[in-house]
Amino acid sequence: MKTQISPGRLILYSLLILMVIVYLIPVYMTIITALKFPEDINLLTSWDFPDRINWGSFSQAYDKLGPNLTNSIILTITATILSTLLGSLNGYVFSKWKFRGSETIFTLFLFGMFIPYQIILIPLFQVLRALNIYGGLPGLILAHVVYGIPITSLIFRNFYAQIPTGLIKSAQLDGAGFFRIYCRIVFPLSAPGFVVASIWQFTQIWNEFLWGICLTRHTSNPITVGLAQLAGGQAVNWNMPMAGSIMAGLPVVLVYIFLGKYFIRGLLEGAIKE
Amino acid sequence: MASLSINNVTKSFGSTEVLKGININIDSGEFLVLVGPSGCGKSTLLNLIAGLETITSGEILIGDRVVNEISPKDRDIAMVFQNYALYPNMSIRKNISFGLETRKVPRKEIEETVNRVATLLQIGELLDRKPAQLSGGQRQRVAMGRAIARNPEVFLFDEPLSNLDAKLRVEMRTEIKHLHQRINTTIVYVTHDQIEAMTMADRIAIMKDGIVQQFDTPQQVYDNPSNMFVAGFIGSPSMNFIECSVKTEGNQSAVELNTGTETPQQLVIPPEVCQLEAYREKSVILGVRPEKIAHGFPDQDANPSIHALQCKVSVIEPTGPDTLVIVMINEKAVTCRVQPAEASQPGEEMTLMIDLSKAIFFDPDSGRRIA
Ligand SMILES: Nc1ncnc2c1ncn2[C@@H]1O[C@H](COP(=O)(O)OP(=O)(O)OP(=O)(O)O)[C@@H](O)[C@H]1O
Ligand SMILES: [Mg+2]
Repeated sequence: MKTQISPGRLILYSLLILMVIVYLIPVYMTIITALKFPEDINLLTSWDFPDRINWGSFSQAYDKLGPNLTNSIILTITATILSTLLGSLNGYVFSKWKFRGSETIFTLFLFGMFIPYQIILIPLFQVLRALNIYGGLPGLILAHVVYGIPITSLIFRNFYAQIPTGLIKSAQLDGAGFFRIYCRIVFPLSAPGFVVASIWQFTQIWNEFLWGICLTRHTSNPITVGLAQLAGGQAVNWNMPMAGSIMAGLPVVLVYIFLGKYFIRGLLEGAIKE
Repeated sequence: MASLSINNVTKSFGSTEVLKGININIDSGEFLVLVGPSGCGKSTLLNLIAGLETITSGEILIGDRVVNEISPKDRDIAMVFQNYALYPNMSIRKNISFGLETRKVPRKEIEETVNRVATLLQIGELLDRKPAQLSGGQRQRVAMGRAIARNPEVFLFDEPLSNLDAKLRVEMRTEIKHLHQRINTTIVYVTHDQIEAMTMADRIAIMKDGIVQQFDTPQQVYDNPSNMFVAGFIGSPSMNFIECSVKTEGNQSAVELNTGTETPQQLVIPPEVCQLEAYREKSVILGVRPEKIAHGFPDQDANPSIHALQCKVSVIEPTGPDTLVIVMINEKAVTCRVQPAEASQPGEEMTLMIDLSKAIFFDPDSGRRIA
């Protein structure tokens, strides 16, 4: 059976395919350049697929970026876990343990989301210095955790709004307190919220550059900073930064590939059925 | 088991007063039903008893203990919610045992309790399932099981049957009543369904706008409603309210009824039914239940309170055992309960007997009952 494709559809699909190509051109460029030998890279053949493949670019890039990669992994995983956990607790309070003034405090929390993070760079620098944690990973982790709390709190508050209040009341009558209710009832229902919040935080923190370069010393630089330095010299062997870019970009892509469907689902659906 | 006293309780959310001085006392083991239209404050009162909301003023006693300042978990009550509020991530077994575990009941005792409750409510084969795998009626049963397992002093039910279909609702109604007879615990049950209220309650509190309109046994509430709201709310189909003027017949009071088919009749109201002297030449609201206007009554010849009315039928509604015949009296649609075989067709005239011995009169301005 053949399905009829209407002219409208045809135009739509053509447009979509065109957009996909536009989006994929840089990716193509990055990959083929990464696979070339330095001497094969020139403007004339820059669009061509390499005649001989140079896998060595990746090991070269890894030699330079290895420590940055480790830093980024530690930074992103720690900060993501901490900020989603705190966001989850905040969301729990803002949706299920409302108190006098809690709506106002929540609104103030939301303000935090709209503060451009460049603006707080200098105060942040001073605070970290005062706390004596400037320059290392712990300081950068703290900064990301604090900056992430508004958005994660918002995500979890909205998510927990779907949990019927009766569940909480019922558990209260069963004798459970604040933390027992969280651990035994709310947390086990939170998986979709955690997926959404942690993908968001993972992406934000992994891709962040400005704080990374301003708030850490060389040995603690995350991969975004390392990559910039790799490409920053005079006569660059372009295959190496391209390989580095792929290495830096891959984790976020992988996270989306494996968790993306939960992300969309978590955003869209009322995940809790009684 | 414990008695429950609610003394002068008020509750405000900000500046809106939701409960305006509630007084209810029930004995240990009684089944109290709170009934009233949506938004009248039933759930709020239940939450106050449970301790999930704080009282603005007044006092609640469970047994002889004032519980105002006692936290929900120490009040020794269990509650069944409208949407059951089963913990979705736990098995049915866990749902039932969660409260016991929290209270550090020994494991062996928990196991025994779960089994006892499962047997009592016939949910034994469901114990290892999750709530999502149960039907509405089964969830309802589990929610009750969870409450029973704790063996509380007082049970609170907040519209537990309103999510079930009509047939299951009737079944569960009976089941809850059975359960009450077996375990004999004090129950406070919220519903907005007056049939549930009538069939289940030892005592009914009818609420409206945060005020208890009447607090009495179901039969008293039905026979002697204290105002028009209660009279209209309890009973299905509702009581008929007919506005009529009070005349003087000899030295007795009479009400004038006009069916439009004959000259208006003056029906004498004996003083033992109602003292209407103060209302002579004014109007009152006559309240008559549909079953008191029928094709005939066994004692109609001997009973001077029964009168014949020639009426024109406007609509008939067969219900099976009876047919509801709607006629116009004093230009108001009045429902009468007639044997199906005796009901005339719409447009025809028929003679109906009206029994005024249980008639009730209300002040047209205040809606209050005239003694
Ligand atoms: N937390 C709250 N804040 C403000 N107003 C509230 C709150 N809870 C209840 N109310 C108000 O109190 C009134 C009584 O509410 P309640 O839930 O007790 O009604 P109800 O009799 O249980 O009604 P229903 O039959 O619809 O469940 C309503 O007008 C409601 O809007
Ligand atoms: Mg309610």
